[in-house]
Amino acid sequence: MKELVILSGKGGTGKTSLTASFAVLASGSLMCDADVDAADLHLLMQPDIKTQTDFEGGGVAIIDPERCSGCGTCIDMCRWEAINSEFFVDEIACEGCGVCVDFCPEKAIDFPTKTCGQWFISDTRFGPMVHARLGIAEENSGKLVTLVRQQAKQLAEKKGIDLIITDGPPGVGCPVIASVGGATSTLIVAEPTVSGIHDMSRAVELCQHFKVPVMVCVNKFDLNPENSDKIEKIANDAGLPVVGRVPFDSDFTRAMVQGKTLIEYDARGPASESVRQVWSAIMASPAMTAD
Amino acid sequence: MIISIASGKGGTGKTTVATNLAVSVDDPVQFLDCDVEEPNAHLFLHPTIEETKTVNTPVPQIDLDACNQCRKCMDICRFRAIAVVGDMVLTFPELCHSCGGCMAICPESAITETDRELGALEIGHRDGIAFTHGRMRVGEAMAPPLIRLVRQAGATDGLTLIDAPPGTSCPVIAAMKDTDFVLLVTEPTPFGLHDLTLAVEAVKILKIPMGLVINRCDIGDDKVKAYAQREGLPILMEIPFDREIAQCYSRGEMFTLTLPEWKARFRELLQQIKTLIGKGAGE
Repeated sequence: MKELVILSGKGGTGKTSLTASFAVLASGSLMCDADVDAADLHLLMQPDIKTQTDFEGGGVAIIDPERCSGCGTCIDMCRWEAINSEFFVDEIACEGCGVCVDFCPEKAIDFPTKTCGQWFISDTRFGPMVHARLGIAEENSGKLVTLVRQQAKQLAEKKGIDLIITDGPPGVGCPVIASVGGATSTLIVAEPTVSGIHDMSRAVELCQHFKVPVMVCVNKFDLNPENSDKIEKIANDAGLPVVGRVPFDSDFTRAMVQGKTLIEYDARGPASESVRQVWSAIMASPAMTAD
Repeated sequence: MIISIASGKGGTGKTTVATNLAVSVDDPVQFLDCDVEEPNAHLFLHPTIEETKTVNTPVPQIDLDACNQCRKCMDICRFRAIAVVGDMVLTFPELCHSCGGCMAICPESAITETDRELGALEIGHRDGIAFTHGRMRVGEAMAPPLIRLVRQAGATDGLTLIDAPPGTSCPVIAAMKDTDFVLLVTEPTPFGLHDLTLAVEAVKILKIPMGLVINRCDIGDDKVKAYAQREGLPILMEIPFDREIAQCYSRGEMFTLTLPEWKARFRELLQQIKTLIGKGAGE
């Protein structure tokens, strides 16, 4: 089984729009949305949710005023300044380390597990999809990403599907690290802007740090052809396959407004044609064809 | 006064709004780029960096001669960053959240703290703008500690502008927490709206007044506006999609310098925010 993870470093370069189009072209693959923090793939896929499961994150400290003697040990030991002088825990500041719980001489601090979100197994018109929703202002996004990817693998195995297409999160931090480990390859969708180049370079560095193969494609290339050349040069110099260019096309937005993928919106348009070429190049790449 | 510029969805124009606002207003500005995973504001502001500080976080170091394998450190660690295996104690620094629990609980005082590098703070300036950003080490998972340090570099008086990371989880909360106003930059598309609603809910939890900038306001549909109306969110600025603006951005230029008529609009934006903060304080 193979897994292609779509990343970008910078947000808004077109990861999700391209992931959705790839899912159409791949036919018979399984989709996984690993951008649990601001998941959008479902807006194009309109998944029919089959199972919904709570995601239990870490614990959160709650001080019982009945049992609390006001000794202040918890305030002294908390490195997050999450406990105020009234012995009230700021849930948002609480890191979930539980140090206050263990050191409270009165055992006055409870540490219930918090439901931090939900994850789903769904059917879509292009195959099964595993996705999730992290609660607002919650932590543990990396843990939820790992869970969603594990569930996607299990489901693919059960259904005999040999390709998972994973829509990754932006950035290079905890949820991205959780998205790349063990992937067959990543595809970095770069845009030809100074920020796009800067952020793509960091995403490439991250993938190389974790020894995951990387491919690069340029989206909205005609906004700045010079920068598009630069991106391809950076990729070539690093020995990374460049799998093509996609033009800036407002059809992406029009398709999105209709809740469709670009391929469904206009299968024969120039943008669709370039996405098709990118997809063929991905599937013919050494990383995706290796056993 | 601290204004954080956030969005939910990435790529809607946070950095464009933050940097153009910074160069348009007359107030002395402290600019804090809190998108430590992918800091971009420096690519537009081109500050002269005067100081670079490596930033570390404490992680445990075990003195195996003093350790008697009692496993209390392993039991207290909720992040599975310590494992006692036979007479060995393994630490996984990248999983450690630096809570200090293991060090505090060790009855043999066998644990001290050493450093894990989080990244660097870079401090500089451009004309009237004091600039600080954090740059997370690639491979490091935890952004919030570094974001909190960038925040600490902020001036206490004057105008502070914070360029926040995308999303709605811990990094963006660390960037928005305890600010006076959140300016949410969105685009009128289904993705933009969906992630905006998440961001609005996050700001509500933090109880901070907020307003909207709709970028590329003439693409997509009108659902963002309808949502803003329902929620009573003031739309403070609309920026049309303009190839010229997009190309300025692609080259690392601030569009108010190319299209100077926008300068006055950004000044007006700040004025509106000041009025809204004043109203909020009076409630």
